Amino acid sequence: MSKSNLPPTQFELEISDDLKTEEMTLSMGPQHPSTHGVLQVILKTDGEIIKSAEPVIGYLHRCFEKHAENVTYHQVIPYTDRLDYIASMNNNLGYAIGLERMMNLEVNERAEYLRVIVAELNRIASHLIALGTYGLDIGAFTPFLYVFRDRELILDLFEELCGARLLYNYIWVGGVAYDAPQGWIDKVKEFTDYFEPKIKEYNDILTFNKIFIERTANVGVIPPEVGINYGVSGPSLRGSGVNFDLRKDAPYSIYDRFDFDVCIGKGEMGTVGDTWDRYWVRVAEMFESVKIIRQACDAIPEGDAKETVPRNIKVPPGDYYMATETPRGELGYYIISDGGKNPNRVKVRSPAYSNLSVLPAIAPGVMIADLVAIIGSLDIVLGEIDR
Amino acid sequence: MTAQEIYDTLKKKFPDTVLEFNSEALQPFIKLDAEKQFYELCQFLRDDEAMDFDFLRCLSGVDYGEPLGAVYHLFSMKHRHEIVLKIEVAREGGKIPSVADLWRTADWHEREIFDLYGITFTNHPNLKRILLPDDWEGHPLRKDYVTPEYYNGIPILHPDTKGKTNE
Amino acid sequence: MDATVAFFYDLIPALSNLPDWLSYTIIGAVLTVGAFLFIAVFALIGIWLERKISGHMQDRLGPMEVGGWHGWAQTIADTVKLLVKEDIIPEKADKFLFKFAPFIMFTASMAAFAALPWSARFIPANLNVGLLYILSVSSLVVIGILMGGWASNNKWSLYGAMRSAAQMISYEIPVALSLIVALLLTGSMDMQEIVRGQAGGIFNWNIFGYFPLLFIAFIIYFIASLAEVNRTPFDLPEAESELVAGFMTEYSGMRWAFFMLAEYANMFVVSAISTTVFLGGWQPIAPFLDFIPGPFWFLGKALFLVLIQMWLRWTLPRLRVDQLMYTTWKVLTPFSFALILLVSFIKVL
Repeated sequence: MSKSNLPPTQFELEISDDLKTEEMTLSMGPQHPSTHGVLQVILKTDGEIIKSAEPVIGYLHRCFEKHAENVTYHQVIPYTDRLDYIASMNNNLGYAIGLERMMNLEVNERAEYLRVIVAELNRIASHLIALGTYGLDIGAFTPFLYVFRDRELILDLFEELCGARLLYNYIWVGGVAYDAPQGWIDKVKEFTDYFEPKIKEYNDILTFNKIFIERTANVGVIPPEVGINYGVSGPSLRGSGVNFDLRKDAPYSIYDRFDFDVCIGKGEMGTVGDTWDRYWVRVAEMFESVKIIRQACDAIPEGDAKETVPRNIKVPPGDYYMATETPRGELGYYIISDGGKNPNRVKVRSPAYSNLSVLPAIAPGVMIADLVAIIGSLDIVLGEIDR
Repeated sequence: MTAQEIYDTLKKKFPDTVLEFNSEALQPFIKLDAEKQFYELCQFLRDDEAMDFDFLRCLSGVDYGEPLGAVYHLFSMKHRHEIVLKIEVAREGGKIPSVADLWRTADWHEREIFDLYGITFTNHPNLKRILLPDDWEGHPLRKDYVTPEYYNGIPILHPDTKGKTNE
Repeated sequence: MDATVAFFYDLIPALSNLPDWLSYTIIGAVLTVGAFLFIAVFALIGIWLERKISGHMQDRLGPMEVGGWHGWAQTIADTVKLLVKEDIIPEKADKFLFKFAPFIMFTASMAAFAALPWSARFIPANLNVGLLYILSVSSLVVIGILMGGWASNNKWSLYGAMRSAAQMISYEIPVALSLIVALLLTGSMDMQEIVRGQAGGIFNWNIFGYFPLLFIAFIIYFIASLAEVNRTPFDLPEAESELVAGFMTEYSGMRWAFFMLAEYANMFVVSAISTTVFLGGWQPIAPFLDFIPGPFWFLGKALFLVLIQMWLRWTLPRLRVDQLMYTTWKVLTPFSFALILLVSFIKVL
């Protein structure tokens, strides 16, 4: 098939021929306030309008996959924390479940519930950062501090649970590292009651602000087929109206026991798949996460969460691709075992990596300010892209 | 479609390309020959109504010891079925037809495999290193990779231990 | 300068015994130093206030350590830091223009202080075209920004400079037009005349003239003046998340501080203009409050508007370039024209 049959990657620029302009090459990053880390984007611009944008990544490459081949299965878990350092719990979870499926290991009920609770709490924490930094990208500073105020409470909960605030190393193969301390579940419930009304506060100050809508609606539209073709996943793909959430479509852990909805973009403020939709999906998902946490807190059984954690991990030879839904999208671990102590190969299919790769397709024709909005709406974490 | 049905269809249509089918594995996979009509097979997988694999979930490079390999995890948004394709190529001068214009996901993933394993993807629009600097030597994820001591005069390994840990 | 000179002669009778040239020079020097000190102190307090206000708006405290009570000395400490900082000039920059730009910007905003009426008797320079004078000198600010952005030899700075040139020149039109609406009412460009015309309490202020026509003019002026001084939601020339720091990207130390000073001085100037033209200047809120001196009312009203500017800054996101242009050319300007027509029509009737 010829390349012309591909989904459109370039939108036409509306510049009349008699206007003689000159292209300017602009290096946005690696030190730039709104590239969300050490991302560099080489821009070719015509005035404020972008003609092409090419992301340059790798500034934060930390050889995760090479490290993983040289340490034991268990020692990989702390490294997974450092992939997407904003949602470490979700990263632990995918790796642990992948190994459990390879080893055919049953996990203790209580541990399963704890996993779901921490994963969803971390999803909220991650979406909060996405919201806050997105406001920052658009120029609103205050929502950023509001979300950090509430994220702090989640971090406090995690600190009480496992001693760490950012890199948890909490979800282990076969269970979790520590059982919840006494009264912790009640604190989580208290948090959900506190948190739900706060989402309205964010909506008042940011989501439904006229200027914010003007800036984000109809900007950076990712048509669903383009998104799928580029491997975009998670809220960024759901924003384009594609109903694809691994928690529903390929349930792992005990997600099939909970009642929650998959939020998709409907184009309420503009076109389906614009930056506002992607943003809105994250806001709506926080409600769903609260729902899941509430159900899990009510149903969590008594027991020993560390009961099924094996002393030695012996993985039968074979390979397995385990995909889980992290706040950024489909995080896949492709684990190959040769039966030894160390994994033979751990490949990470990082969601932000594929999400970012769509940027060159949707950037041409927008303004510099819009590019900032688009990068923000993809919610990338460079730790995960560069691994 | 189940993996078995997909295999049967492919075997009928591309008898030369399809080498082997393993349904015993946790995730059934099909082994393919990269040199014979691999691109056409991928195109069939993507465009055929019954297949409709529009989502390339993951593309991983693997070092199998002697040969190198690439593993494709495909998924269909419409039919919600999946399949795993495996390819093996020679360690030196291994070539795989690029599928970057079928699934754009493959663009960056193929560059990554080229970067870390040194497998060449023919017809790739922009095959250059992605994670490592352009002038890096060697392909680090190969099992026989030896870390160089210096990169542009910068010591890579700690000068005292030279990469050895105290065991 | 007669009124001002008379004011000073009254204040210090010894001055009138000196030869004219000497007393005029002394008065001029005192006024200049006074204006500079006022700007410096205002910026110190303004920045501290901005930090505290933003802090409390954002569920935090803002500076609390330096100086004891609520960190009152924080900005003083920062100024000292900025003063002793190394003055970095990029190697490829146009050095002369680079050094010169902050001063042009600062001078332009300081010059506007000359025609602000502080009380019934005290106005540094009582020009009969005071308003016109302020509008013209404050539009010089854009030259400073353009110079700084161009001389930095940095693409982000250039973007900031170009944006600000387009923005400030465009917004001067609604600024001037909305002021004309008020001038139709007062019939004079003399700052003191404008204020005197609004005597007799809050309902005689221009803002309530031909209600709600002048009120709309005031809103238009306020919005456009935000853009004039590059404040959120029109802070595109600096646009931290897009242009790093816009035209200020390459500046550091004292030169950067001068940009900052000029920004705060400008905030005060535009607020002082709307105070004078729309809010009755130094006139008290009700006639029986006459005993409180004029500068209190003038400063109070101007600071109130400055506070609103700060409040907006910490609430609103930023517009995009095309939306910014849309706002001025397709909304503010036509509305001000319509207002001018309406007010003139009513006046003729």
